[in-house]
Amino acid sequence: MNEILLEIDGKEVRAREGTTLLEAAQNAGISIPKLCQHEKLIPFGGCRLCLVEVESGSPTKLVVSCVYPVEESLVVRTRSEKIDRIRKTLLELLLAHAPNSLQLQDLAKEYGANKDRFEKEASFCIHCGLCVRYCAEVKKLNAVGFVDRGINKEISFIPEIASKECKDCMECFPLCPTSYLQAAFVFIEALAFPEASSGIPSKKQKLINNQ
Amino acid sequence: MDNKRIDQIIDKHRGEASSLIQILLDIQSENHWLPKEALGRVSEKLEVPLSRTMHIASFYKAFSLVPKGRHAVHICMGTACHVRGAKRILETVEELTGLKPGETDVEMKYSLETVNCLGCCALGPVIEINGKAHGKVSVSDTSGVLEHYK
Ligand code: SF4
Ligand code: FES
Repeated sequence: MNEILLEIDGKEVRAREGTTLLEAAQNAGISIPKLCQHEKLIPFGGCRLCLVEVESGSPTKLVVSCVYPVEESLVVRTRSEKIDRIRKTLLELLLAHAPNSLQLQDLAKEYGANKDRFEKEASFCIHCGLCVRYCAEVKKLNAVGFVDRGINKEISFIPEIASKECKDCMECFPLCPTSYLQAAFVFIEALAFPEASSGIPSKKQKLINNQ
Repeated sequence: MDNKRIDQIIDKHRGEASSLIQILLDIQSENHWLPKEALGRVSEKLEVPLSRTMHIASFYKAFSLVPKGRHAVHICMGTACHVRGAKRILETVEELTGLKPGETDVEMKYSLETVNCLGCCALGPVIEINGKAHGKVSVSDTSGVLEHYK
């Protein structure tokens, strides 16, 4: 594997060919905000929060760092007036869907995002796909998937699989940046298998409280 | 629709996972909707996770996850039909059938849907039933058009 030399925020960074800008930055101790990226999962590029500016002549180009592979002598900036402005708006849009998400609120503070800028449309899920992808890629269980599309898209558990597998796993719960997943799970579980929903260990409850 | 017929359709597409959408379309056109058992069977045979099949089946408007009536009534609400009074046509059909778009009556006679341009704007306003376009319909024609379909 070839080593690639690039510059991130004025710092010389070496990375293996094929790594993403986000990983290269992380390895160099430079933090980029992210919601949908997870080290064990295939890059998804869903939340767009990790966008950075790369210099390829002028004007600079905005790229999504979690899906952009490193390139030789690339000059990358992870913060700028433009980036901050876009991240602020993204956060404001996401907060309209998940106003109570602590993760979003922390980021909002950092970027000066106003959580009441857009009318609330609390769907809780911000479609980051972490739960769905984790279940499919890491656990290979496919107990949870997306249904419908656009603004109506939501997660849905396959009762036949969920009733067998989820009780012993629940690893996707703490991944969720908004905690919607817990609510949906409890909801579906209660509907689909009322007898099981009462006997669930308290682990889940703990996870909910920790959010 | 029984598993034998579903298997035939799958075999026609050589059981390839990449033909998932085509297979679902075939089942949809024959059965008018996709029952959960059919989705399960297709997933199993193609070795595609049910969650993926559900995602696709719920993504495209061409698929229905609820039973459909014998006659698919599509009212065009596209711009050309709109300016020629599609809204009043829709209201009339709603009144005659007692259905709102997306609904099917208990006798399974009609399923009502609105669409956004059927591509024959010169005929507007258009009601399309079971794929046949009825053009230049007026409010007073509407019940006559529907009565063709028993
Ligand atoms: S439920 Fe949570 S983890 Fe799953 S896609 Fe939605 S926001 Fe992401
Ligand atoms: S972390 Fe890159 S798009 Fe979400």
